[in-house]
Amino acid sequence: MPLLEVTDLKIWFHTREGVFRAVDGVSFSAEKEQTVGIVGESGSGKSVTCYSLLGLIPMPPGRVEGGKAMFDGIDLLKCKAKQLQAIRGKRIGMIFQDPMTCLNPYLRISTQLIEPLLVHEKMDPMAARKRAIEVMEEVGIPDPEKRFEMFPHEFSGGMRQRVMIAMAMITNPEILIADEPTTALDVTVQAQILSLIKDMQRKHGTAVIFITHDLAVISNICDEVNVMYAGRIVERASADELFSNPLHAYTRSLQKSIPAMQIKGQELYTIPGLPPNVSRPIPGCAFAPRNEIGDRSKCLTDSRPPFEEMQPGHWVQNCPGCLA
Amino acid sequence: MAFLELIDLKTHFPVKKGLIFRKQVDMVKAVDGVNLAIAKGEILGLVGESGCGKSTLSRTVMQLIPATSGSVMLEGKDLTKTTAHHMRSQRINFQMIFQDPYASLNPRMTVYTTLAEALRTRFPALNGDELTGRVSELMERVGLDRRFMRKYPHEFSGGQRQRIAIARALAPQPKLILADEPVSALDVSIQSQILNLLKHLVRELELTMIFISHDLSVVRYIADRIAVMYFGKIVELGRAEDVMDNPQHEYTKTLIASIPKIEKRG
Repeated sequence: MPLLEVTDLKIWFHTREGVFRAVDGVSFSAEKEQTVGIVGESGSGKSVTCYSLLGLIPMPPGRVEGGKAMFDGIDLLKCKAKQLQAIRGKRIGMIFQDPMTCLNPYLRISTQLIEPLLVHEKMDPMAARKRAIEVMEEVGIPDPEKRFEMFPHEFSGGMRQRVMIAMAMITNPEILIADEPTTALDVTVQAQILSLIKDMQRKHGTAVIFITHDLAVISNICDEVNVMYAGRIVERASADELFSNPLHAYTRSLQKSIPAMQIKGQELYTIPGLPPNVSRPIPGCAFAPRNEIGDRSKCLTDSRPPFEEMQPGHWVQNCPGCLA
Repeated sequence: MAFLELIDLKTHFPVKKGLIFRKQVDMVKAVDGVNLAIAKGEILGLVGESGCGKSTLSRTVMQLIPATSGSVMLEGKDLTKTTAHHMRSQRINFQMIFQDPYASLNPRMTVYTTLAEALRTRFPALNGDELTGRVSELMERVGLDRRFMRKYPHEFSGGQRQRIAIARALAPQPKLILADEPVSALDVSIQSQILNLLKHLVRELELTMIFISHDLSVVRYIADRIAVMYFGKIVELGRAEDVMDNPQHEYTKTLIASIPKIEKRG
């Protein structure tokens, strides 16, 4: 049985402008020690998917319209607030994109770092301090005893992200959710942070759910990749398979549009149009209006394409137009 | 003769301490002796990590920050020696495109007013139908529908906003464009649209562009030559392919090694 199993998750936002189907029937699972990637453009629902697992969606306007998220026999979407509090930050950790806004600027790193230990493990403060300094050393913060008493603004962006990782990993969580953890960082720092996440994962056997819009990062770090579009997963495969043999028209368009994979001087491919407005239900294939690479005329218009396993481990929304 | 030439350009910021008797305790050498020559019609990619001085360099070229020493020669004229008044009239010759199209457009001005204002800096006499015509011409050039003329920035998506910012930069018919991380805030699919657009515009209008980015794969794609900046100095300069395929300086090697690559294994 997988560690986390999400089935047919639906998170809708009820606003005055209408019902926004941010996440509309998403299923995926994560095993121990596995890195599962979720890629998609802004607004595709990748962050909402993960926030909902930790009960971080503001309700209202958000509402869970259906689905299950089973973690160790507990449905994260339906369990009581108290039960969720015991899981969040203890058994499921999370790191965010911007380490500056996630750390409290008024509190010393020490106070923030030992908080999970005091709350979840009921450790006494002295023991918690000792453990926190150990973890800081583990995530590669030099001179941890001295830096322990500093404030967030005294740290650089990369160091702050290390603090965030230390804070998330301090309780040895079974799942780590990383929401664009390196987007705000320089390339050289990004490489360091990615290898740090890998190290921590290997050492503690954590499952990592990695959200990003950067295809190159995903191809380096993930075992399995889910491609999201308009609140749905359109394709899932191992990272190697997805990049060597993409099936869905959206995945193929994305790969054609990144400069890293193009010969210099060649025109970059651009996906025509805009992502669909999710405030209206999309009965058929969501990508149909922008599908240029496949055959638009064959795209399903009246029923949602089923998510099927085409080759062992390679799942795709089976829409004849998008696979053409 | 080079179109734009930087000769031993230095921009230093003093670090002062003390409340009343402010003593200068240190000097931040943001730009520390840069020599660079850019030919007309060239796209120069400027890469480096945050804090290496690439934005200070571009602002010194624009004369938004005074240079400590050295000179900026634009078509043979030294910009560091011109008077502030003369500089103002010169500034329409170079325009900037910024990273964040949400912050760089005035939220209270429609596309029309934004572009009309920019057009009038070069052509103060423009009015009425002629002005409207020029505005719609600009909008078409960057791939925006002229029907959107009376809309406000918040009604557009990120990619469209960056197009407005590009149109505004093109309005005074500049000779040099400084693009400071113009695609970093955009999604991959939008990024490719903007890169294509910039490339076309540079060729069509014979512009010269300095393209600043920390993303080497983007710079490799768009730039003719790449300059790698590290601690205020240019440590490597060469044709884009040469720098990427055969880096000489240690720092460039580290930078290239850190780019996550999509490996086609199979």
